[in-house]
Amino acid sequence: MRNKYSVFSLIKNALSYHENWQRAWKDPAPKKEYDAVIVGGGGHGLATAYYLAKKHNMNNIAVVEKGWIGGGNTGRNTTIIRSNYLWDASAGLYDHALKIWEGLSQELNYNVMFSQRGVMNLAHNLQDVRDLKRRTHANRLNGIDAVYLSTEEVKKFCPIINTSPDIRYPVLGGTLQRRAGTARHDAVAWGYARGADAMGVDIIQNCEVKGIKRNGDSVEGIETTKGFIKTKKIGVVAAGHSSVIANMAGLRLPLESKPLQALVSEPVKPIIDTVVMSNAVHAYVSQSDKGELVIGAGTDDYVSYTQKGSHQIVEGTLNAILELYPIFSRMRMLRQWGGIVDICPDASPILSKTSIKGLYFNCGWGTGGFKATPGSGDLFAHTIANDEPHKLNAAFNLNRFVSGDLVDEHGAAAVAH
Amino acid sequence: MFLINCPYCGERDQQEFKAGGEAHIERPKEPTELSDDEWAEYLFMRKNIKGVQFERWNHTHGCRKWFNMIRDTSNDEIKAIYKMGEKPPSQ
Repeated sequence: MRNKYSVFSLIKNALSYHENWQRAWKDPAPKKEYDAVIVGGGGHGLATAYYLAKKHNMNNIAVVEKGWIGGGNTGRNTTIIRSNYLWDASAGLYDHALKIWEGLSQELNYNVMFSQRGVMNLAHNLQDVRDLKRRTHANRLNGIDAVYLSTEEVKKFCPIINTSPDIRYPVLGGTLQRRAGTARHDAVAWGYARGADAMGVDIIQNCEVKGIKRNGDSVEGIETTKGFIKTKKIGVVAAGHSSVIANMAGLRLPLESKPLQALVSEPVKPIIDTVVMSNAVHAYVSQSDKGELVIGAGTDDYVSYTQKGSHQIVEGTLNAILELYPIFSRMRMLRQWGGIVDICPDASPILSKTSIKGLYFNCGWGTGGFKATPGSGDLFAHTIANDEPHKLNAAFNLNRFVSGDLVDEHGAAAVAH
Repeated sequence: MFLINCPYCGERDQQEFKAGGEAHIERPKEPTELSDDEWAEYLFMRKNIKGVQFERWNHTHGCRKWFNMIRDTSNDEIKAIYKMGEKPPSQ
């Protein structure tokens, strides 16, 4: 029986010096066989397992993770959540996720610290202005809240932005999605893990997949560092390492894996109460609850699995940040990290069946997968359970690279990829 | 971030170069004969190897010439560099 988190449980455990909290999830050894195995214990993988158990009654399933859960890109992003995408297919996908975020803490009985502080996107040239206005209209037609702001309104909403007309990239306007915001990334992984575990899902950490066993055109199981696990359904949610798993099954994917960096400053008092993103200069910033400025940089343009990233990328981002926010000029950066992101040619994800029966891929989220975590898990669970995509992820199939029906969000999305 | 030994200019910072993706993908000889699957394979599908990978690079801020590189993507170590049209050296 899983104990519920509440103010009463907090008081009760405080009385015993917080030494008797129940384990949030077990640490099981893998069984010989499961109905389905999810490869990758990040937010998307754990959410997939959670919804498989909750909505599709698949409880005899496992999540295998080569490191520790949430230790990959889930713990290496800037936690921005928004749904202001241009195309109908993307808008449907990301807004589905945003709607789940709005009730997620209650559903999981785990505070994911979802904060709808708004996300503002800045325009720095006339083409930006036209693109952002077009996207605002497209968003509203899709029922997604979006407003276009003038330079004065931008300044009013976030007073520390330098809106002087004589800077290199002056602020000509911006868009605002008020329902957008941030969440606590670790809590998302832990909340889903706890929820899935309570329904019988085995979460197996330090278990790396070494091979995929096929029998003709269908899968039979996976070889792992903890032995062979038999299963008829494998859902791969391995982000930057998706191609590595695909190669094991003899598949090729339209992905390139590149390092994406982020960094945080020393903690300071509240100074920015929203998220500001700038496409043209590629700089985005928000402030964590601890007070650190959370800054997102760009990707390196070559394939690499090093989880490092180049210094000049960070330098370029900080140059842009300083011009937009002169007030940060004496801030010191505390730490920097890189994650490996899997980028699709059309900068849209893949949630799809493959040519191999029982093998499913959820990948290609590139630089912006965190925001989609709950929706991605929900739709991928539907795809695995029914062997058919949900109508919201039907457009995000692998076959679009054959048919040419791409969901081209390059530049059309609110941030450069 | 690493140094690249351009076969024409010598050792320079990686910042001067642009990665051009997987090497040795041949343009189809009979494009009109290709099926949609074959086009997808040529245009989009990539090995994206974690480990030793063959790549094309361009010295965009130098001689602007293309060349090939063998690089370990798990640690960014460059194994070999050779000119366009040359056969990859045995490692």
